[in-house]
Amino acid sequence: MSAKGDHVYAALALVVGIVAGVFLAPTVPDWLAPYLPIAVVAALDAVFGGLRAKLDAVFDAKVFVVSFVANVLVAAFIVFLGDQLGVGSQLSTAVVVVLGIRIFGNAAAIRRHIFKA
Amino acid sequence: MTHRPPSPSPPSPGDRQPPARGPGGRTATGTKVVVAVLCALLGFGVALQFRRTASGDALNSVRPDDLVQILDGLQRREDDLTEEVGVLTDTLNRLRSAGDSSAEALAEAQRRAEALGILTGTAAAAGPGVRITVTDPAGTVPPEVLLDAIAELRNAGAEAFAVDDVRIGMQSAFTGAAGSISVDGTPIGSPYVILAIGDGPTLSAALSIPGGVVDTVRRAGATIAIEQADVIHIDVLRPSHAPSYARPAG
Repeated sequence: MSAKGDHVYAALALVVGIVAGVFLAPTVPDWLAPYLPIAVVAALDAVFGGLRAKLDAVFDAKVFVVSFVANVLVAAFIVFLGDQLGVGSQLSTAVVVVLGIRIFGNAAAIRRHIFKA
Repeated sequence: MTHRPPSPSPPSPGDRQPPARGPGGRTATGTKVVVAVLCALLGFGVALQFRRTASGDALNSVRPDDLVQILDGLQRREDDLTEEVGVLTDTLNRLRSAGDSSAEALAEAQRRAEALGILTGTAAAAGPGVRITVTDPAGTVPPEVLLDAIAELRNAGAEAFAVDDVRIGMQSAFTGAAGSISVDGTPIGSPYVILAIGDGPTLSAALSIPGGVVDTVRRAGATIAIEQADVIHIDVLRPSHAPSYARPAG
């Protein structure tokens, strides 16, 4: 089954990204600074969703890519909008809360798959 | 993420994984690569954000609103601290002036203690005065004469006395008989040397009045010499004596 290979592939890429981030250590441009944490959380949500889909054997790479990009863009856009409206910190809190709930839900599903409990 | 990949998204199903899409066909290698790139970007972003957070430069990423709030808080705190500085400065000034006045009181007390020490004989003294030498080879001068001499000197304003290395104080006593005189229990012999600090001319005048000490000594058959000095040193001390019964009152 190719799902197993995909998994390793993605995990490997994740590790490579972390290592690159640690060792290259580029400076985050100021305009990006407020969006980076939100974007990271949104991407985490997408990754957890994808992992769950893989364990459910319904993983579709296209769906994953689209959801990943859309998640990140929407989250960043909401924060941007909030900043323009003057409710930036509140909206980012709202985004983090919603994404956190989803991550928890997906993590629970993954846990049920792995531990059968 | 830093660089948004030119996301190829021809099919746009609203949210994530619709469960029906399942194992429908092999994933294209290109899609695989995109997935890998996205995962790598996530890792990159996580690492970046970790570093940013850990670097402690938190103000950089704070929104203007929050910055204003932080500034507000800092200003309030500064106000509080300024107020505290004022209070503490007041306290410091108060304590400092109290310290000044207590130092003054201490110096005054010291001056008094020194003055009393000279009068009671517990402090060494120096100053102008007279040196009186009574030579009594026959032993005919009774102790009362020496006592009279001391009393006369005191009346004339002398402030410190010593007789033959014995400091004279309030309780000093001349005892014995002519020829074997003791001062405060210490036997003294001829020639008796009396040191007195005071105004020299006045002291010698007081001793020389008719019927005074000089006359009495000569009548007793002894000789007396009075010499005035600009500086008389009286270094012998009396043991200080704490009162056993009397206590300061008032």
